[in-house]
Amino acid sequence: MAAPRFWREVQSRYNLIGTKCGSCGTVDFPPRTICPKCGRRSFGRMQRFKMAGKGTVVTFTVIHDAPEAFELMKPYVLAIVELDEGARLTSQIIDVENEQVKIGMRVEAAFRKLGSEGGAGIIHYGYKFRPEM
Amino acid sequence: MRDVAVIGVGETQFGELWDKSFRDLGIEAGLRAIQDAGITTENLDAVYVGNMSAGRLIDQEHVSALVADYSGLSDMHLPTTRVEGGGACGALAILQGWAAVASGLHEIVVVGAAEKMTDVGETKAMEILTATADQEWESVFGATIPGLFAMMARRHMYEYATTREQIASVAVKNHRHGALNPNAQFQKEITLEAVLKAPKVAEPLGLFDMAPLSDGAAALVLCPLEKARRFQDTPVQILASGQASDTVALHDRRELTTMDATVVAGKRAFHAAQKTPSEVQVAEVHDNFTISEIIAIEDLRFVKKGQGGPATEDGQTALGSKIAVNTSGGLKARGMPVGATGVAQAVEIVRQLRGEGGKRQVGNAEIGLTHTLGGTGATAVVHLFGRVN
Repeated sequence: MAAPRFWREVQSRYNLIGTKCGSCGTVDFPPRTICPKCGRRSFGRMQRFKMAGKGTVVTFTVIHDAPEAFELMKPYVLAIVELDEGARLTSQIIDVENEQVKIGMRVEAAFRKLGSEGGAGIIHYGYKFRPEM
Repeated sequence: MRDVAVIGVGETQFGELWDKSFRDLGIEAGLRAIQDAGITTENLDAVYVGNMSAGRLIDQEHVSALVADYSGLSDMHLPTTRVEGGGACGALAILQGWAAVASGLHEIVVVGAAEKMTDVGETKAMEILTATADQEWESVFGATIPGLFAMMARRHMYEYATTREQIASVAVKNHRHGALNPNAQFQKEITLEAVLKAPKVAEPLGLFDMAPLSDGAAALVLCPLEKARRFQDTPVQILASGQASDTVALHDRRELTTMDATVVAGKRAFHAAQKTPSEVQVAEVHDNFTISEIIAIEDLRFVKKGQGGPATEDGQTALGSKIAVNTSGGLKARGMPVGATGVAQAVEIVRQLRGEGGKRQVGNAEIGLTHTLGGTGATAVVHLFGRVN
């Protein structure tokens, strides 16, 4: 994929920037232009909102059959994490034995390499989650 | 709106069909449906083609005109339209064809759907399937389609105490059904133990929890119900067509163990047809993974929420019980030419309602249902079909 495609999203992938609706207070991650809860009333009222980066594992899997770009990481844990602000995201869980990951486990965001454009190409960074310190 | 009937059905063999191209498959299914309807191509007014990703799977876009062209229809200059919606393309093509006939825009239409998945390697085909999830916020972090369904399975086990064995029993049942379908990719029964011991793909799911990546095509011919008997002694009516959408990313859903798109599409279809789930005798549901069938039969209200696992294990959805689910073998055993799924499901239901189910015939089938998913449930389509007495 072209580099700008990753570059456009770095604010959210590096710093967990989402949005908070100025109308109903709903927090979304990644950022949204229109609030899914209150629609038209949110026009022009969506504010940048930084997540604290802490949350809970809602569900997870251990991926054994991975896309080419993730071949060297497998088997890896992929989870849906509910952030304390209420928004949910999909992330790998790292710095823990795969067998130790549980639903309800507390986790926090860490800045990691996500992948790269082939062997010598641009490296993409972003969040992964690890057990809360 | 006019009532619409299916007057012809056709499908190819499903499987790894190395000697057949995309256009071969589309033509074969389409011509079989036209022959079955007892019409000639001169009777046709339009063609709708369901296809998910020919652009990435065979580097060919614009497949609706292509299939019509190679079916010998180019001189007729028919309107041809491709319909896309993840794995639900075929079902959406039926919906478009139905709407065109119901509204009076067209009289006789062919709805075809085809996918050629084996001209690329398995890893590539899986990556293309994963493009039906959110590329920016799921796939880029290492999510795969099996991984996303595995996370639903894990949560279903957590919330409802569904067991690994209950989930696996979907594959055992669908292989048993597929063994009775001469067009199925896998006409072979499998044991529960084989499913449980298969190589892991995305825990808790393994290789035998997944539908294969297949080549294949299927087609229907539709016309107004009032004209149907001119062409077909046993027309089948499309009673209703329900469609719904939801968030593309799984993590944004209200629930991880319910697909609201299925719930809503089902309600819309049942409401429009003035039928209830208990009136359905035969259903083809989107079992791209074993867990998908468990969630689907719950969301379509064939069983109570959380009871999909025990009901499947008890044989309540097998041939011979009150409702037979996936008599064709489902995506699991019939095969999964992804965009062709919705039409292949409809072909099976029409055959069942006509009494042409052969060894897998459901006794006295009056009402049949198809349920088709796009992505992890961002699109769901439910069709209800009825025997015309």
